[in-house]
Amino acid sequence: MANKLIVSLSPHVHGGDSVQKNMYGVLIALIPALLVSFYMFGVGAVIVTFTSVAACVFFEWAITKFILKREQITILDGSAAVTGILLAFNLPSNIPLWIIIIGALVAIGVAKMTFGGLGCNPFNPALAGRIFLLVSFPVQMTSWPNIGQLSSYTDAETGATPLALMKQAVHGDIEALGQLPDIFDLFLGNNPGCIGEISALALLLGLVYMLWRKIISWHIPVSILVTVFVLTGLMYWVNPVAYASPFVHLFTGGLMLGAIFMATDYVTSPMTHKGMIIYGIAIGFLTVVIRVFGSYPEGMSFAIFIMNAFTPLINTFCKPKRFGEVVRK
Amino acid sequence: MKTFRIGGVHPEGNKLSARKAICKAALPEQAVFLLLQHIGIQAIPIVKKGDMVKVGTKIAESGGFVSAPVFSSVSGKVNKIDNAIDASGYRKLAIFIDVEGDEWEKTIDRTPDLVKECCLTSEEIIEKIKDAGVVGMGGACFPTHVKLTPPPMCKAECLIVNGVECEPYLTADYRLMLEKTDEILVGVAILMKAVKVNKAYIGIENNKLDAIRLMKEKASAYFGIEIVPLRVKYPQGGEKQLIDAIIHRRVPAPPALPVHVGAIVQNVGTVFAVYEAVQKNKPLFERVVTVTGKSLTRPSNFLTRIGTPMSQLINAAGGLPEDTGKIIGGGPMMGKALATVEVPVCKGTSGVLLMSEKDSRRMIPQPCIRCAKCVDVCPMGLEPYLLATYSAHGDWERVEHEMIMSCIECGSCQFTCPSFRPILDYIRLGKGKVGGIIRIRNEKK
Amino acid sequence: MGLIVVAVISLGSIGLISAMILYGASKKFAVYEDSRIKKVLEVLPQANCGGCGYPGCAGFASACVKATSLEGKLCPVGGQNTMEKVASVLGLKVEVTEPFVAVVRCNGTCSNRPQQTLYDGVRSCAIINSIYGGETGCMFGCLSCGDCVDACQFGGIRMNRETGLPEIDEDMCTACGACAKACPRNIIELRPKGKNNHRVYVQCVNNDKGVLARKACSVACIDCGKCVKVCPFEAITLENNVAYIDPMKCKLCRKCEMECPQDAIVAVNFPPRKVKNEI
Repeated sequence: MANKLIVSLSPHVHGGDSVQKNMYGVLIALIPALLVSFYMFGVGAVIVTFTSVAACVFFEWAITKFILKREQITILDGSAAVTGILLAFNLPSNIPLWIIIIGALVAIGVAKMTFGGLGCNPFNPALAGRIFLLVSFPVQMTSWPNIGQLSSYTDAETGATPLALMKQAVHGDIEALGQLPDIFDLFLGNNPGCIGEISALALLLGLVYMLWRKIISWHIPVSILVTVFVLTGLMYWVNPVAYASPFVHLFTGGLMLGAIFMATDYVTSPMTHKGMIIYGIAIGFLTVVIRVFGSYPEGMSFAIFIMNAFTPLINTFCKPKRFGEVVRK
Repeated sequence: MKTFRIGGVHPEGNKLSARKAICKAALPEQAVFLLLQHIGIQAIPIVKKGDMVKVGTKIAESGGFVSAPVFSSVSGKVNKIDNAIDASGYRKLAIFIDVEGDEWEKTIDRTPDLVKECCLTSEEIIEKIKDAGVVGMGGACFPTHVKLTPPPMCKAECLIVNGVECEPYLTADYRLMLEKTDEILVGVAILMKAVKVNKAYIGIENNKLDAIRLMKEKASAYFGIEIVPLRVKYPQGGEKQLIDAIIHRRVPAPPALPVHVGAIVQNVGTVFAVYEAVQKNKPLFERVVTVTGKSLTRPSNFLTRIGTPMSQLINAAGGLPEDTGKIIGGGPMMGKALATVEVPVCKGTSGVLLMSEKDSRRMIPQPCIRCAKCVDVCPMGLEPYLLATYSAHGDWERVEHEMIMSCIECGSCQFTCPSFRPILDYIRLGKGKVGGIIRIRNEKK
Repeated sequence: MGLIVVAVISLGSIGLISAMILYGASKKFAVYEDSRIKKVLEVLPQANCGGCGYPGCAGFASACVKATSLEGKLCPVGGQNTMEKVASVLGLKVEVTEPFVAVVRCNGTCSNRPQQTLYDGVRSCAIINSIYGGETGCMFGCLSCGDCVDACQFGGIRMNRETGLPEIDEDMCTACGACAKACPRNIIELRPKGKNNHRVYVQCVNNDKGVLARKACSVACIDCGKCVKVCPFEAITLENNVAYIDPMKCKLCRKCEMECPQDAIVAVNFPPRKVKNEI
């Protein structure tokens, strides 16, 4: 025998799962929504998505290599690409390139690498980038182009989104809710909005894929969606003129995208199933509160961001059920 | 179909030697008998250099209550009493015997006939098991008579026989169930009598359908023995997991014992050894060892005399492959990697697994991404990522608070970790330290 | 004007009430502390290493104050000087103690002790020690993972990449004993610094018999007993197949060093010998 024997502790086999596999799985799950966005927004969506991914991957590579001076370059694990796509999904398709690059720098440079890279960030990087852009460039970030303008980029015409109409209704505009597209159009993605959030159907396909591949568990998305549905349903039941129907709430804005892809981010979500459900319910509640009573039309990203901060606390208090904890008489 | 309720993983079965009937391994030239082949106190040698021994002669006396005697598996002359490397990687005291011929003690019944009747009392049975040096053959090697003598206040309600063999690669228990079905069932009946229960369950995972069928057919002739097919999931063979799977009761955290929930668990290998000890007067000096590995030419199940060096078994199975990177005593999930092939087979050696250089290298660990997969698969409901982090930082108070001592070291967490983190390495480190701290605290009291 | 008066009165009264509450609380919950503890603490090195056997410097200070004599109490970091200061604060007498230093009792460098197996896993001496004898054939020697280096708070130990053994910096070492505790194989020993820093000790702890020990390592103590015979002061004992030099009896004559066939006995910090091979 030529080699020295290797000695190590058990287990001596590995299940074959890896960070790469999980991240590429998320990328595959994002494909349906990506295709819908290309179909709806055309060249603008392509430019924005491509720039965002390229910028995120570049910043991750540059920071690990030149600032952190690590030997192991981590761009191949796919997490930067996921951040890039998720960031692009949260932007309108007519946003200028330089804003996207700033967003990518904040997402990767500030929210991720300053804390030590993948696994150490307390907040979801894509969300941090999106929120930074939202508060810094409110005009560009909240003028969404109408769908179907396949060849135009920053010159695309913009229109009111369903969320803005819903806000008007809450503030007393009786006609606003009447102008909403019908629910089926909302479900398919036939309405203006950010690149990735318009089609609930495509995002749900992604969810099904991730559940099938066991990349995520059902607890977070389901608890968010159920909470939003129940709360908005109650409001709709009390006053259908001022409050939109729960289905409209489910299918508009970033709710699906947030619930399926952003809130389920491994690093920033709780570890136990009990914790995940608490986290999901809190996100759903905060989203509805911000959507209905807050000054922003959309509350999903803020809700997730706030709950990211509570994740360590949830982890401390929600412990899994220990084996044999309850002593049998 | 039943299974345990928290966590678990599904490693690839790889039961390469499942179709290979048990065959007898050749006698070694020199047999080495470690004096500590069980958990507890080391046995005391009662032979000296130059003594002649026969097969089945007692060569070391039990050193206390939690201890077991050692018997010679060969006939010949005691060469020396010296240190030998054992599976733990350290030198331990052992008796070396040069083999001459194959002469057995007269008291041993060598006929293959099945002896069904047993008219001994419970105490006599346990005494006989104790004198035959029977220990748990699943790997933990806890002396069987201690398990059969529950502490006062506890009453056993049922006997659970572990025929799960959830470790990948290993097939020793499976072959035993197929080939020695009647003997095992008689053994179960004897053990039921010993612990005074009238219900016994034999848990078998349903990837061993022929064993389940055969056992079911024959078990109908015995009173109170039920065969329970179990859904395949690792670590079902863990004592606590098996009790949970079969009678839906959970053993509380240590120091509680399975008998606190009314169950006594024995491995099928142990049951067979009990049968031979009680009905055939044959002390424990032989066991079935699976020798397997993907590059091995003839993966086999050998009926091996204890004390045979592992190198001899590997040669009998086709020789050590060129690309061997790791030799594991036991299965791939919980077995120990050996530093040399000259380790002798002892009572708890269930298998020898050879892994290729490529398979035996660990991947480079990446940072934890907090995916919570380790929490999901932990069969004890612990948070392995947290235990590993605290242990790495030396925060012993917190790991103890997070119940590190409940960890059964099944390795599911590290098996499933997508970042290839050495979770169990750190947990073992923490367990060792916390165990020491608890001992010191108890001594102070 | 009225606004300012209201502000002054309201803020002032809030301040007054808070001050009264704070004063009351500080009186009610006051803890009496011997003022000497603070003074003793001031002269201690504040390393909180635990080398004295108490939990940190504060623990040591209160133990000193409570004690009637300083017998058996030593701050290994500060040494004699610090203890004199402590004694002067407390008005007690100080014991004369010899300074100690840590020594590594293993010389199993990569060339002396060839590697036989490969360990794959977390680089920690404690973990390797728990699973097997180590990558070399020696089951008692250094595991080269540097648990001692991590334990040292004073930067007194470095890992030598070439030899794979830890090296102790005599000037930085405070003899707090943290490394000796961290070493799972008890290789590191605290020995008296000796006259002019001269020390003679056996650089091996292998308990195996001579043949096995020599097989594993070319500089192992092989239990031959030559040093015991040659020692004029009966300072050397053989136990568990390894020689040990009692530092209290050793007079640093260096006869054993020359006698040892394995070069397992070392004498450090001596000037070079004038005539080599004198017998």
